Amino acid sequence: MTDFFKLHFFVPLAAVLGLVVVAYVGVQANLQLLFGVVVPYMAALIFIEGMVYRLIQWTRSPVPFRIPTTAAQNKSLPWIEKNLGEKLDNPETTKHVVGRMALEVLAFRSLFRNTRTELRQDPDHPEGARLIHWSYKWLWLGAIAFHYAFLVVILRHLRFFTEPVPGFVYLLDSVDGFLQFFVPVVYLSGLVLLVAAGYLLLRRILRPELRYISLAADYFPLFLILSIAITGILMRYFYKVDIVAVKDLALGLATFKPKVVAGIGVIFYIHLFLVCVLFAYFPFSKLMHAPGVFLSPTRNLACNSRWVRHVNPWNYPVKFHSYAEYEDKFREAMIEADIPVEKES
Amino acid sequence: MDDKYKNEFGVFAERPKVEKKIYDGKYIFLGLIIFFAVVTSPLWQNLGKAIPAPVPKLDTPAIQKLAEKDRKCVQPLAFMRANHMQLLDTWRTEVVRGGNRDFVGPGGVKYTASLQNTCLDCHSNKAQFCDQCHNYVAVTPTCWGCHLDMTQKLAEAK
Ligand code: HEM
Repeated sequence: MTDFFKLHFFVPLAAVLGLVVVAYVGVQANLQLLFGVVVPYMAALIFIEGMVYRLIQWTRSPVPFRIPTTAAQNKSLPWIEKNLGEKLDNPETTKHVVGRMALEVLAFRSLFRNTRTELRQDPDHPEGARLIHWSYKWLWLGAIAFHYAFLVVILRHLRFFTEPVPGFVYLLDSVDGFLQFFVPVVYLSGLVLLVAAGYLLLRRILRPELRYISLAADYFPLFLILSIAITGILMRYFYKVDIVAVKDLALGLATFKPKVVAGIGVIFYIHLFLVCVLFAYFPFSKLMHAPGVFLSPTRNLACNSRWVRHVNPWNYPVKFHSYAEYEDKFREAMIEADIPVEKES
Repeated sequence: MDDKYKNEFGVFAERPKVEKKIYDGKYIFLGLIIFFAVVTSPLWQNLGKAIPAPVPKLDTPAIQKLAEKDRKCVQPLAFMRANHMQLLDTWRTEVVRGGNRDFVGPGGVKYTASLQNTCLDCHSNKAQFCDQCHNYVAVTPTCWGCHLDMTQKLAEAK
């Protein structure tokens, strides 16, 4: 088991460090055109094509019936409360399905209800253990902090890709840097991103049962995102680059008038290369859970099985094997074994 | 492959005919289009336009007066481009906390650590020199909360 962990942990770690080395060596060898223009465009292309490809694949898998985990009993059974929470949990209408989905996407509601099952010492019987299920919110907190920090960081990066820069980016900038410490002002979302992604990684390393089920495909995106955050933070606060030149390059890419801009430090190219790898990797990885949430059958279907008959479109004639036939076949053996039969012969 | 399900009782059922087609494509492609539209929307306004990067102007009277070989900043150009904010912050700490206004640049050249009296003396064109790039990359330095841009006032006084 230790070896299993080592393999799945160290191979992606080595891969990400290798990517850093590739970008470093490439830029030292003056391949700015490759790492500043060609690779970003290729990554964008792979991202778009991969996304379309995966979604077309998904449209080809049928969803024949509802999964009525909850069956909107509140509609047919009058004694069940009909408050908003109940309606969002067991949506009868599309409106409520949209509401449930919005809560899922914006607030990670299913994750909020995460429970953890543990053997705990029993206070009444100190020598015995007791199985308890308790509401475990840390994963939700880590996940939601990570995702929103990521979103804010990306939105703030729009200042490199737009001219003039839209007003909401200035607003985000000043809210994010409102503590006004350090030069340049520290963005809180950058730190939250780092801490939350660090927690998500440590969770997998430190908890034995999670370590056991974690694969290279779980560690690789975490390492990639952590290394993007680390290089970004190093670049902003410690190993500075010429930001005007960065924007010149980024705007060139965004306007399809690409150009190679001289005088940008190598750390920028490392950051950019890791981002490109992340985008190219996205459609083929677990990160596709982002579009995937919208296609979760337990989340995107109204729970109307109690009053709408859903027929499996390819129901086929099933040849039943009835009890009478069963008894006919095994009657003698059953009588011999003293098993009661309905017909004696 | 055999297209019948079998078990010990013989043929159990026909293999269901699942139509090969796109299911719920309407919603999925709509979602995809909305996603790409939203993600690329900030970039539409400048599509295909060449946007030149700002070029800081160095044609102020103070700089013109200097001999060609003396037209040097307190640190090399590449350093200043990336790190001027750090330099100013160090100056501020030295001056305000340490009372020390002496700064020695490369080659032992002495300067007075002062934004208004040293930097803005040469770069008296704050709008073309400082603001242009700051606006371009959307940063709003807090320097100007205290330090005044004197050029306008001086021009008015004259
Ligand atoms: C998944 C996408 C990306 C993530 C998660 C990311 C993350 C970060 C983080 C965490 C920082 C530290 C400062 C902050 O909190 O904003 C940063 C800085 C930076 N990033 Fe990114 N980045 C991404 C994409 C890019 C791209 C595509 C570029 C290319 C223009 C880029 C260029 C920069 C630059 C120039 C800085 C320094 C910012 C400054 O000095 O103000 N990043 N990045």
